[in-house]
Amino acid sequence: MSGTNSSSAIQSGRVIIEARDLVLSFGETPALRGADLSVRRGEVLAVMGPSGSGKSTLLYCLAGILVPDSGEVSFDGQRLDTMREEQRSRLRRDRFGFVFQSGQLVPELTAEENVALPLLLGGTRRQEALRGARAWFERLELDGLERHRAGEMSGGQAQRVALARGLVAHPDVLFADEPTGSLDSLTGELVMGLMTGAAREEGTTVVLVTHEPRVAAYADREVIVRDGRVATATVAR
Amino acid sequence: MLNTAPVGSAPAGHYRIAVYTQRMLAGMSVPMALLGLLDREPSHGYDLKRDYDAYFGRGRPLPFGQVYATLARLARDGKAVAGDAEPGAGPDRKRYTITQTGKYEVEAWLSEPIPAEPYLQTDLFVKVVLSLMLGRPAEEYLDVQRAAHLQRMRELTDLKRQGNLVDALLADHGLFHLEADLRWIDVTAARLAVLAEEVAS
Repeated sequence: MSGTNSSSAIQSGRVIIEARDLVLSFGETPALRGADLSVRRGEVLAVMGPSGSGKSTLLYCLAGILVPDSGEVSFDGQRLDTMREEQRSRLRRDRFGFVFQSGQLVPELTAEENVALPLLLGGTRRQEALRGARAWFERLELDGLERHRAGEMSGGQAQRVALARGLVAHPDVLFADEPTGSLDSLTGELVMGLMTGAAREEGTTVVLVTHEPRVAAYADREVIVRDGRVATATVAR
Repeated sequence: MLNTAPVGSAPAGHYRIAVYTQRMLAGMSVPMALLGLLDREPSHGYDLKRDYDAYFGRGRPLPFGQVYATLARLARDGKAVAGDAEPGAGPDRKRYTITQTGKYEVEAWLSEPIPAEPYLQTDLFVKVVLSLMLGRPAEEYLDVQRAAHLQRMRELTDLKRQGNLVDALLADHGLFHLEADLRWIDVTAARLAVLAEEVAS
């Protein structure tokens, strides 16, 4: 756990992630063809685009999971694309949180153990980690589910547990890839409301990939990925 | 004139595209559509009416009287000029040409998003077709329009978060309709190349 949100090293509104001219192909298939993007600290950014446009690939590059063939990705002034894998792995653990579409909970663990995982991996003692995890259950309207396992929860409950796990270590950035993709409309809205509410309270930057406008409407702004490039259109507010 | 008879009152099997089109195109800007057609090439009123009916009328032809009245207003406002009367009978003896003022107006109109309100905005449809016809960047327009829609959706989402259940229901009504527009925008954006060929043919 870094607790870096409390530091004043990065002021609100400053660029925290910068991607320049990202190019990445999977074999012969180009996924990114010169994508540029800046993400400001504390903002909730929706990355939209049609299927196969490269939006998830862009997210994975921003999060240091994938390394681009060319181009630069910086997080808080550090180049991710030139960083060694161990460093990137540590950075992901300490400063990033992740929420995916579904099925990311460890089935053998209880809900609170799942939430506590990032803290345990970061070296926090078990009792302290579980205490930190439990605090999220009330916050995300999950009271009473602490000892449930993944198979004993609904899709919406499991996704909120995954969200708690993504936020428990107070990451600088939460990366969410279609976090409501497997949920019905009402449950998806509940998850989005809780996610953006908690992220704003924590000052966490959120990069959210979605193809659903109603989900993107929870963000502060959106960008569109098309054919591996980022198109931005804004309107005066 | 808008057909005010309820669509649902039509007997089964009597549904006509015009019924839908009358509702869909009720709020469309005829002057801008005609001015946009003039931007393509100088035209007589008859040709404008024919093209308008083909592209935008869709079962609801524009009356000749409205065509000439609109052209007269465009000329009065300095957006188009009428050529000398040509020999022959009838009102369709003048060829209209767009002015620079008119060109600026078309360009500005095509690049500005329309207010994002629920229900399909027919100007949105006209802007896309005219942009393709005039070789202007329809994709950029659709991006700006998408941003305008999403901005309104953000406002409605805020309303939903902060308001009571009644506010949330009202916001949802708007959100679902705006989302339908956005789906149309996305499908249209994906088909622009094919549409451009069709409009040019």
